[in-house]
Amino acid sequence: MRRIQVLLCSGTACQSSGSERVKRALLDALTAHDLLPEVQLVDTGCMGPCELGPVLLVYPEGTFYVKVQPDDAAEIVIEHFLKGRPLRRLLWAEGAPQPHEIPFFARQRKLVLRNCGTIDPEKIEEYIASGGYEALGRAVTSMTPTEVVAAISRSGLRGRGGAGFPTGTKWELVRVAAGVPKYVVCNADEGDPGAFMDRAILEGDPHSILEGMAIAGYAVGASRGYVYIRAEYPLAIQRLEVALAQARKLGVLGQRIFETDFSFDIELRMGAGAFVCGEETALIASIEGRRGEPRPRPPYPATSGLWGKPTLINNVETYANVRHILLDGPEAFASVGTEKSKGTKVFALAGKVRNTGLVEVPMGITLRELVFDIGGGVPTGREFKAVQIGGPSGGCLPSSLLDVPVDYDSLSQHGAIMGSGGVIILDDATCMVNMARFFLQFTADESCGKCVPCRVGTQMMLAILDRIVAGEGKEEDLQRLREIGEMMKNASLCGLGQTAPNPVLSTLRYFPAEYEAHIRDRSCPAGVCPNLVRYRIDPDACRGCDACRRACPTGAAQGTAGAPPYQIVDERCIRCGACFDACPFDAVRKEPR
Amino acid sequence: MISLRIDDTPVQAKPNWTILTAARAAGIRIPTLCHLDALRPVGACRLCLVEIRNWNGRLVPACATPVQEGLDVVADSDRLASLRRTILELLFAERNHICAFCVSNGHCELQDLATELGMDHVTFPYRFPALAVDASHAKFGIDPNRCVLCGRCVRACSEVEGAFTWGFAGRGVHTLIEADLGEPWGQSTTCTGCGKCVQACPTGALFEKGKATAEQVKRPALLAEVTERRPRA
Repeated sequence: MRRIQVLLCSGTACQSSGSERVKRALLDALTAHDLLPEVQLVDTGCMGPCELGPVLLVYPEGTFYVKVQPDDAAEIVIEHFLKGRPLRRLLWAEGAPQPHEIPFFARQRKLVLRNCGTIDPEKIEEYIASGGYEALGRAVTSMTPTEVVAAISRSGLRGRGGAGFPTGTKWELVRVAAGVPKYVVCNADEGDPGAFMDRAILEGDPHSILEGMAIAGYAVGASRGYVYIRAEYPLAIQRLEVALAQARKLGVLGQRIFETDFSFDIELRMGAGAFVCGEETALIASIEGRRGEPRPRPPYPATSGLWGKPTLINNVETYANVRHILLDGPEAFASVGTEKSKGTKVFALAGKVRNTGLVEVPMGITLRELVFDIGGGVPTGREFKAVQIGGPSGGCLPSSLLDVPVDYDSLSQHGAIMGSGGVIILDDATCMVNMARFFLQFTADESCGKCVPCRVGTQMMLAILDRIVAGEGKEEDLQRLREIGEMMKNASLCGLGQTAPNPVLSTLRYFPAEYEAHIRDRSCPAGVCPNLVRYRIDPDACRGCDACRRACPTGAAQGTAGAPPYQIVDERCIRCGACFDACPFDAVRKEPR
Repeated sequence: MISLRIDDTPVQAKPNWTILTAARAAGIRIPTLCHLDALRPVGACRLCLVEIRNWNGRLVPACATPVQEGLDVVADSDRLASLRRTILELLFAERNHICAFCVSNGHCELQDLATELGMDHVTFPYRFPALAVDASHAKFGIDPNRCVLCGRCVRACSEVEGAFTWGFAGRGVHTLIEADLGEPWGQSTTCTGCGKCVQACPTGALFEKGKATAEQVKRPALLAEVTERRPRA
């Protein structure tokens, strides 16, 4: 008789912090106490609070343990499983709250992540027990393709890949497009720095994607689908492969699904890691075996896509929503969210926030709720400065805009984008110019080189930003950045080049003073840009331990052991920060020059 | 026939035409660089960008955008002229386009476009990359310093000659045209030595050996002459 169920997060984040070792230690401890018949261990997908991993959730009580180490296993087994009292030191919060009592979870609304962290992603039976493949069965046995498309349209679902195109409209375009065969493609080429929503869905609930794609195939008249997934996601690929094999075995993929005339199968295609391959026409070129470069649209993939045939391309999270729309009804789906942005959205919280990880919230929640109520705000000692939303195509919003609702239209109105859902929280130790430069370096590196505005424009903007962060900026540089940015927005071939200037343009819009400080005062207010900071030793804090002198590669840190204070000779300093890191007494201060 | 307007002139077009074809048929000049008759359009150089009034002023490449009934196209405006000049400036700043030292001086499409569009100086800092010349081929040479990455050579080689010798390597500003995945051109086992790539090249990047600047006049129209004489399938 199983009396305890232990859900062990085995997403990539928890695996990297050692969940596999924790599992082995738990199994050893359970074996030692002869508890294996009574305690069931379940590997699940991502539960969300990635920074606190490895995490595990113990039922029936719903006790949430965080930062569990292999050495803790025996104690958990003895204290909790044998003696029946939660191990206090590993609890998320005092009083052993249930997940729904913890603010991080309480404010979320899980739809596409509902199965992530609750079922074993490698067992199709668990997916089916959660209502899996029921929507597909309903669609193919009791709905016409037109009715399926109509349901998606009525739900108001919009593409979760970033641009927010109405999903039902896209499906209808492919459904009525002339040409056979048609194809269904899942864009799993998630590449924004700091974004891991799609990865978690694929790792934690792979069948929901396969089911969504099969429903789409039925709706648009396709019998073949492709998942284009980056090769950097080995765990997601492995779980998709397992899921595909199981789905074929049970007949929910393959010939004559649910004994109807509908046949549908899915193949995986691995991407080699070019960011531009997330652009739909470049993605198509890559699947076809050509160089991953975009082409001008029109024609759109809906009429001429993979091998020139009508092709439906949706993002992972979009497909993950599909089954819920058919199961709960489009009206139920549309009851969540705002007027023009329906349903929920998964965000990856990263950067300077207490609870980094994966969250799913209803559309229309404010940035403040997302960052502070769910994310827990900026860790102690620092101030919130801005939130970077939408990755390299997105923008930075300052604290004055924290009450902006998170939906497609509000975000783009303020110069950011929903994007795929990467949210990076920045604190007052972040230099906005340096941050914009980071993203531009990324897009410059990832530009495919096909069109001139993106290929050369990113380089020209980067050169200017390089100059500004080096303290060699010129007054006219800001206007120049705006001009090149506007040119790229209008003239670039694909979304990569059209949105690449956004991080620069949005920081210029909301943080102009910071650019001006770099240019006019040759100063970095956040004390980040190496050429614009100065290291100084606080004579009151220095104990003369000699650590800075030993760490300094140029002999700029000087002094005699045991005879404080030490000094840093600015002319010799190369601003590597070695002394800053080495000082055990925080006596080395980094200051704007 | 399809009716559209280009620069407020009513234009008739066949359904399979692009905006560029329609404009040319109506005698309206739109500058192009990566486009070449007989080769598939790629819309890469962005010089033929036109504004579609009834698509919210969206800019599309005339060479790669099919005509549609009722399109209201702006092919010439101050905004477009300034944009095209900026794109040319970016091209000049990207590599080493030093006309005085170039075999194509006087018959170079990049140079001609600069003259036509009034791009008389470059306001961007030159990047001055140092790229190696490949002179290993018996008849031809390639100087990537003069390359604008229009890909006309790549398409001429694959679409017209069928040799697939040329391809793109690397990405972004580091993209290079390479023979046989990076072999010296002279050692290429696929190159037929036909020279179509050289004729297609708009600048002095691909050149014939043993010809002086005055003799180095290219015939990009050759590609269309060749394909038009071919029997249609």
